[in-house]
Amino acid sequence: MSIIIDKVNYIYGQGTAYEKHALRDINLKIEDGQFIGIIGHTGSGKSTLIQHLNGLLKATSGAIYVNGEDIYDKDYKMSKLRTQVGLVFQYPEHQLFETTIFDDVCFGPMNQGLSKDEAGLRAFEALRAVGLPEELYDQSPFDLSGGQKRRVAIAGVLAMKPQVLVLDEPTAGLDPKGRDEILDQIADIHKKTNSTVVLVSHSMEDVARYVDRIIVMNRGSVMFDDTPTEVFRHYKELEQIGLAAPQVTYLMHELREKGYPVSCDATTVEEAKEELLKLFGKDRVSR
Amino acid sequence: MIKAKNLVHEYIRRDEEGNVESIQTALDHVNIHIKPGSFVAILGHNGSGKSTLAKHLNVLLSPTEGSLWVDGKDTADADKLWEIRQTAGMVFQNPDNQIIATVVEEDVGFGPENIGVPTDEIWKRVEDSLRAVGMLEYRSHSPNKLSGGQKQRVAIAGVVAMQPKCIVLDEPTAMLDPVGRREVLRTVKELNRTKGVTIILITHYMEEVVDADYVYVMDSGSVAMEGTPREIFSRVDTLKLHRMDVPQVTLLAHELKKEGLDIPDGILTREELVKALERLSNKG
Repeated sequence: MSIIIDKVNYIYGQGTAYEKHALRDINLKIEDGQFIGIIGHTGSGKSTLIQHLNGLLKATSGAIYVNGEDIYDKDYKMSKLRTQVGLVFQYPEHQLFETTIFDDVCFGPMNQGLSKDEAGLRAFEALRAVGLPEELYDQSPFDLSGGQKRRVAIAGVLAMKPQVLVLDEPTAGLDPKGRDEILDQIADIHKKTNSTVVLVSHSMEDVARYVDRIIVMNRGSVMFDDTPTEVFRHYKELEQIGLAAPQVTYLMHELREKGYPVSCDATTVEEAKEELLKLFGKDRVSR
Repeated sequence: MIKAKNLVHEYIRRDEEGNVESIQTALDHVNIHIKPGSFVAILGHNGSGKSTLAKHLNVLLSPTEGSLWVDGKDTADADKLWEIRQTAGMVFQNPDNQIIATVVEEDVGFGPENIGVPTDEIWKRVEDSLRAVGMLEYRSHSPNKLSGGQKQRVAIAGVVAMQPKCIVLDEPTAMLDPVGRREVLRTVKELNRTKGVTIILITHYMEEVVDADYVYVMDSGSVAMEGTPREIFSRVDTLKLHRMDVPQVTLLAHELKKEGLDIPDGILTREELVKALERLSNKG
């Protein structure tokens, strides 16, 4: 499912004293099956942007096309869009409300008009995909740990089988293991279903590890839109807008400044290890 | 400054008639000792008991068993409650939940006013604490126009204005972007260094722990590991067992060592790894 965002502007509170131009002339094309990271400082427009993807916010000007259809056309069914684009908000566990985990996850598909059995099947599948142990399904979601609640909330969106999954900081406040587990599961779902995943994150290390394209937002505009390696080459500019590069990228730059012939492209521990072994390892290439 | 001896805390759930439904042991015989003026970090996965421990430090919770002394005062002593709360200030995760006033300086002045500090003294404290966190130029701004890192620093100034001997920060950077995170950390370290405030930092970000004097790792309500950051981060595999991680450079150094490179254990910073690699290339 491709999404085209064409010259989109969004202004909060237009005509009031609190007017804020949150998105400025955004042009983006999101292709089928991509894993995209969106980074940007607090208030850069990331969350505003993703709320346009399923029509929660309507652009002040500009157009959005989903599979070639103009979503602002008066005949376009927004409800269809909302089941195609699943949005997981920040701290989604605050939205759990049912008495059992299973019922909570069934809510979305039931709302889509599926029968109870079909919704149940979807719920099973979704809860399994997020790795929640089966013996918990009948329990109250409120007795779970933070990381587990988050998983139930994500399952609630997965159960609607969206073609595009958008997650706004899904790992905020989780411990490192929980962080890795959730991201691994999302990557796994991405691979198995070939759905498009859009991940908003403050962790440069996480983004570098999982996504194949990074969109950098700054003051409501797209500043960079490229592969992680290319984007993190601009680490000095990223710092000026409140971001950073992964720690290992800095390490490579430091080594290079000291005269070592390393490439500065590494953004993950694995890439850095490989590059450093070439230079310092046992079978190093003699200089 | 803080001493816990066999500290136990149980969350007891009761049904409508008051019968005990379930008991969950959140702290299980915790022993810690934190020296005045030190910078101590507490790590641990979600549900390991970190926040329960933090809430004991200013008596938002009190021990089920065992004892906890804050600055020599027993937290079980109800008469000392207010004294203890003024000794240990708390900063929480979400800055938006901690800011109440519409102007930065009024927010910072709220605490001291509440404990009956004379007006002149309040203004002096407000100015000093805003300066200490580097937010003095924003004194007459509205807090909701500030960035996350700036808001969190205002929240810290609000605690500093109470002049506590000890500040407990419970995941203060979880909701911030990288620069906001750095601002808050720098502020906290400054307070520790220049004003001698004891800092207890609870966090999930391993990079923030590197400069601490001492680290506790909690798991299942007990202290699972303790030591200097270097000692803790030398044990990459044990940390992983406790659902923890190590900073990216530490992990890289560990991986390179596994590949047979002669690199010491417990590398904490980029500078250290660069040096270790330089030594290697000079030898080779």
